[in-house]
Amino acid sequence: VAATIELEFPARTEYLSLVRAVVGTVAGHGPPLEPLRVNDLCLAVSEACANAIDAYNDEGRAGAPVRVRLAVDADRIQVEVSDLAGGFDPDAVPADPTAHVSRERGLGLPLMRILTDELQVVSTEDGTAVCMVMLGGRRR
Amino acid sequence: MELGLELTERAGVAVIAVTGEVDVASAPRLREQIVSVVSDGAPRIVCDLDGVEFLDSTGLGVLVGALKRCRTHGSELVLVCNQSAILKVFEITGLLQVFEIHKTVEAAVAAG
Repeated sequence: VAATIELEFPARTEYLSLVRAVVGTVAGHGPPLEPLRVNDLCLAVSEACANAIDAYNDEGRAGAPVRVRLAVDADRIQVEVSDLAGGFDPDAVPADPTAHVSRERGLGLPLMRILTDELQVVSTEDGTAVCMVMLGGRRR
Repeated sequence: MELGLELTERAGVAVIAVTGEVDVASAPRLREQIVSVVSDGAPRIVCDLDGVEFLDSTGLGVLVGALKRCRTHGSELVLVCNQSAILKVFEITGLLQVFEIHKTVEAAVAAG
């Protein structure tokens, strides 16, 4: 039976540490994931949340709500990070993380793609939802 | 865990021991610390990441920016890291080839 845990936090970077702690703990109750892959998920979720905070900040809406929804079952853990900021075009972000290094920004989305087993980004002018999946037991 | 920064000197080399979480919230403090050490004219700076529990893309960006700043000022920046979780972030971003990374502070100091 799948369990769902939801949290909502104000779009401020000081909450990211707390979000990672929750994701790491919940992942420990989900499918068997190697510790490195739990770390991968925490990093991917943290990057998604940081992007949501950035998106709100761009609109002068610091502290607006970011939602994190975790669904765990025996085979997989799915995390959806969503915001109600203005959105962006995910296809316009180069997938290769090495393309971003010199600019020191824009690394988040390519990292999420590499770190997770499945990634879906839906972004409209009403907000963005990033859905990440880690499959249990798989080695990378 | 909160970011910790401790600056020491070994054989004329500035060593910054970084502990805890380096993320978008804490990375500006790391940037300030490195900028300050570079401004003081340190010829070689070792950034010891062995006590780092988490590193995000902003933390990586700060290190890349620090490397550029060091090169501009004619100083060297080298890293110390043994942790697979942290090294993986460098690997997938192609930064293993960009940074000089040592296994111990002693090796990083001696290599200068």
